[in-house]
Amino acid sequence: MDKFTTLTGIAAPMPLVNIDTDMIIPKQFLKTIHRSGLGKNLFDEMRYFPDGTENPDFVLNKPAWRDSQIIVAGDNFGCGSSREHAPWALLDYGIRAVISTSFADIFYNNCFKNGILPIVLPAEAVEALMKDAENGANARLTVDLESQTVTGADGTAYHFDIDPHRKHCLLNGLDDIGLTMEKAPAIEAYETRIAQSQPWV
Amino acid sequence: MTGTPTQSGPRTLYDKIFDAHVVDRQPDGTCLLYIDRHLVHEVTSPQAFEGLRMTGRKVRAPEKTIAVPDHNVPTTADRVDGIENPEGRAQVAELDKNAREFGVNYYPMNDIRQGIVHIVGPEQGWTLPGMTVVCGDSHTATHGAFGALAHGIGTSEVEHVLATQTLIQKKSKNMKVEITGRLRPGVTAKDITLAVIGKTGTAGGTGHVIEYCGEAIRELSMEGRMTVCNMAIEGGARAGLIAPDEKTFEYVKGRPHAPKGAAWEAALSWWKTLFSDEGAHWDKVVTIRGEDIEPVVTWGTSPEDVLPIGGTVPAPEDFEGGKVEAARRSLDYMGLTPGMKLTDIKVDAVFIGSCTNGRIEDLRAAAGVLRGKHLAPGVRGMVVPGSGLVRMQAEEEGLDRVFIDAGFDWRLAGCSMCLGMNPDQLAPGERCAATSNRNFEGRMGRGGRTHLMSPVMAAAAGIAGHLVDVREVLAEAPATA
Repeated sequence: MDKFTTLTGIAAPMPLVNIDTDMIIPKQFLKTIHRSGLGKNLFDEMRYFPDGTENPDFVLNKPAWRDSQIIVAGDNFGCGSSREHAPWALLDYGIRAVISTSFADIFYNNCFKNGILPIVLPAEAVEALMKDAENGANARLTVDLESQTVTGADGTAYHFDIDPHRKHCLLNGLDDIGLTMEKAPAIEAYETRIAQSQPWV
Repeated sequence: MTGTPTQSGPRTLYDKIFDAHVVDRQPDGTCLLYIDRHLVHEVTSPQAFEGLRMTGRKVRAPEKTIAVPDHNVPTTADRVDGIENPEGRAQVAELDKNAREFGVNYYPMNDIRQGIVHIVGPEQGWTLPGMTVVCGDSHTATHGAFGALAHGIGTSEVEHVLATQTLIQKKSKNMKVEITGRLRPGVTAKDITLAVIGKTGTAGGTGHVIEYCGEAIRELSMEGRMTVCNMAIEGGARAGLIAPDEKTFEYVKGRPHAPKGAAWEAALSWWKTLFSDEGAHWDKVVTIRGEDIEPVVTWGTSPEDVLPIGGTVPAPEDFEGGKVEAARRSLDYMGLTPGMKLTDIKVDAVFIGSCTNGRIEDLRAAAGVLRGKHLAPGVRGMVVPGSGLVRMQAEEEGLDRVFIDAGFDWRLAGCSMCLGMNPDQLAPGERCAATSNRNFEGRMGRGGRTHLMSPVMAAAAGIAGHLVDVREVLAEAPATA
């Protein structure tokens, strides 16, 4: 997993609430057995017409936002299914951070496994950053994970909260499985105990 | 390291199950939680198995891992000849290969026990009270009906569980959803779960584990309880659960992987301690009177867009904030006009099935409405049993004849139209009365329009050719639903 430290980039405004994982990556692209290559189908049904041509009204198709690395989104981003294809598609497109007032739990969790930083901020802050995002390349945002801040175009810095364990893993690009494997003795002890007390498990 | 609870005093059911599975607890509250059952399907697992292969890791507890293909499988009889779609075929072949190579329990596509993973788990007795159950699928919440802590995980976590049989977790908050009193005739478990989402919104349960309780919940069958818990995720909660009781034990007893003999007695004595203590702390409480719940349908493209069938299509201006634009977009996608009666919405298709409503009780209920009736002209109908065993049971009861006589297609088990990853899909603009769980744009096929409802309501809509109050259809002729 790639580390996440700081990021300065163009943010795409997506004010719609409840952007679900079926919108982020529709089901027909879940048939892959790989993690990569999903970026071209990110937001597929919003981004392309049924004949495959680009919908010029969709934000990521407009010249100012084609190189976005950040999304500023409406409430409850990532609701719906557990498909990790959603963060895979975002990452493959080049999105490394999403800012919203709230995220669905599973999506939020999946982001951290893929080096994407989901940032929860109060409504007023998201609103201000949404306005910046609407200015495209003229108003780049800066995300600094170490200091837990997002800085808007006018220099206003917004502080965000993040779980310390998740922050540590993201800053260092750590693999959860490797860390847990180090606790194998504790897992074994648990299994031995349960084999005695709950043999049916 | 500790396996003992850090919390003293009265605990919720969720607290008890969580505490009982802690392998390691860090000072900041990050826990390593032991996973008792890991369910696996073909869509969210290939990259996880590939990860194991690349790192030379193996599956830590293959005996606690259960794999079944469901999302991609066609539901037509010709599937014994293989899957036509090359990508779907490759994904199922990959699961075949992984299941055999890593030695996990496996129900291949043409096994009679194959079905939707969330129907197979309980049916085979893998899902038991007090367990932790995960699957790379958000509808894993279904298993909470047994008083198990069950939730969906992403593929990275699937790999983590495969390799370590644990999950890194922090404790969620506790939310109580109480449905008091009794349901009125024609009102079902699906109406309960949709009514709750209608009240709390799709983010109402975010960060929480929901415990459903109250007389109306206790009165539900295990099938009904699974329907309620299944859609906890649509309310934003990762998991929903219901305290186990005699109905639960009765359902579990004798299933292939349920404990037997002395182990059964030992299990039972622990299971009977699985309830929320008097005085336990709840971070959020929602109470709904069972008598107030009406048969409901969704009108929009979010599961929170719920209204009683007697209602009218809302206008964007009826909402606030970001929901105004979302409602406008929904109405446009759904092809609906504010102010029109819900019962004036014509349907083109009826879908009965899914992990929400693909169990035997659901088929019995729908057949009860359809017996001696027929789909309205121009309406196509599809019934997809949740598993091969549900299908077999239904055929023994003659339900297949009822559906076929009513003009429905009688299919083999799978996820089918619910997510349109297989040949069963809606055409652009086609409108469906569906017993599934998500009405998102494109969910059942690009441009397809989904109205979520109960099996009896979907059956009634099929007969009428438009959304309708099932109680009116039932009143026309005494029926058995």
